Amino acid sequence: MTAMRGETDVADEPLVLGIETSCDETGVGIVRGTTLLADAIASSVEEHARFGGVVPEVASRAHLEAMTPTIERALSTAGVKLPDVDAIAVTAGPGLAGALLVGVASAKAYALALDKPLYGVNHLAAHVAVDQLEHGPLPKPCVALLVSGGHSSLLLVPDVAAEVRPLGATVDDAAGEAYDKVARLLGLPFPGGPPIDRAAREGDPGYVRFPRGKYDDGTLDFSFAGLKTAVARWIEDRERAGEPVPVPDVAAAFQEAVADVLVHKAVRACLDNGVDHLLIGGGVAANSRLRALAKEGSVRHGIRVRVPRPGLCTDNGAMVAALGSELVASGATPSKLDLPADSSLPITEILLP
Amino acid sequence: MVVLLLAFDTATPAVTVALHDGDSVVAEASTVDARRHGELLVPGIHDVLGRAGARPADLTGIAVGVGPGPYTGLRVGLATAQALGGTLGIPAYGLFTLDAVACDADLPGPFLAATDARRKEVFWARYDTPLARSTDVAVNLPADVPAGDLPVAGPGALMYADVFGDVHGPAHPSAAALARLAVRRLAEGGELLPPHPVYLRRPDARVPGKPKKVRTARMSDT
Repeated sequence: MTAMRGETDVADEPLVLGIETSCDETGVGIVRGTTLLADAIASSVEEHARFGGVVPEVASRAHLEAMTPTIERALSTAGVKLPDVDAIAVTAGPGLAGALLVGVASAKAYALALDKPLYGVNHLAAHVAVDQLEHGPLPKPCVALLVSGGHSSLLLVPDVAAEVRPLGATVDDAAGEAYDKVARLLGLPFPGGPPIDRAAREGDPGYVRFPRGKYDDGTLDFSFAGLKTAVARWIEDRERAGEPVPVPDVAAAFQEAVADVLVHKAVRACLDNGVDHLLIGGGVAANSRLRALAKEGSVRHGIRVRVPRPGLCTDNGAMVAALGSELVASGATPSKLDLPADSSLPITEILLP
Repeated sequence: MVVLLLAFDTATPAVTVALHDGDSVVAEASTVDARRHGELLVPGIHDVLGRAGARPADLTGIAVGVGPGPYTGLRVGLATAQALGGTLGIPAYGLFTLDAVACDADLPGPFLAATDARRKEVFWARYDTPLARSTDVAVNLPADVPAGDLPVAGPGALMYADVFGDVHGPAHPSAAALARLAVRRLAEGGELLPPHPVYLRRPDARVPGKPKKVRTARMSDT
């Protein structure tokens, strides 16, 4: 298993099964080394849509119902059987406590029944590691911008299997949360990212200039709560004046403010740390304006941007398997069977003992 | 036929595991910690198997308490049972946790068994004998449980002794009772459920109304 790459047959690389249940996606991924074999997902997003946000108990129930079928689907896609698996990786945190626990309990049972090592890993580090499945080994170091409905973080990543350092994070709402709230204000469905992105294509990003929270405050932290409120105020004022609300223009202007501040701080993080590779991950990384602005901003500063394809940016099991595989390759000590689920796991803990 | 049945229950603050060889319970372990079901269950299984000198591959079946019980802990048991059963290629049988409680109640019957349902309610059912449940399992405020003059057994009884009056143990369900019950029902017939959780309540979630006005909202909301 530890034979050097290139000297060994691909089939000798470890087969790792990854389980992800930190939010509303039940994800099971299977990788061999850095080759993706299967990425099965069951989502409960439609069950949450009418509530305007993820309902933890609804998500947890859905995870338990989806776990066995999703495992079976991944195995069938990969053309492997459970006894072939060399290691089990699972998201141990951060995320919704009850949701995480379904994945962790299942992973432990698989590890026990198969007598294979268990790796309880950090969800955010997994979002970084997944890019290796698509773009090859990560440059060491790189800066990662992770943006989703639950997270907005800037990380310095010297080695995704060994060391991840937080550079900044949102002080209030996650970027994806702001998308959901603004979508609701505009009468667009949950989750808000895709419909706002679509509407924004027909709109003018310069129609109104919404505030960029903490833009030049000297930190690498974010704030999106003020932006959401500014959009709400603007819409209310329009409605009070009896004027129509141009949804495409508001969506474009809001999206511009989010992408602008994300890219500004991400570039800042690279320059401050002398790092010339920027990785963008998390569900919001699928956003077209963020991708475009990141390319522009980084070209200007000689930074290379890596963004996994959208299906690997949103929560999935492949990313957990990818990090598990990296940990196996690095000879990391597996987790013990009393592994907890830790809803507020800090990013500095890549692998739980 | 060789039998090695693994039984466990996580529907109450107790994480309880037992191994039954078809004749008797050969090993058991229980820990009471309402907040650590996820941490304790698989090490408990590992420990019980080790004490009996057995390996997971030796198991012939699994019996799991399907609740009702507080959801987060309950799911630990069901997720574990489903994954173990699927991986080992053995059946996973579900039994009501209240049935295991009734089994351990030192009462001839009729009586009620009850466990804590949180929110000041109990999960309960009525039993004609410790082995014969005579109602569906239900969830109610203790004062609304139709106990009449019957004794009430189990953790939900002990918790609301002031309401129920004639209360009895056990203080916790035991996987040993669950295992005996499963072995008996496998031999003689009786209710064996799929390994799916019994919640008895819908998730708490409200459909939001229109977005709040920020102009009139308090500043703390902005």
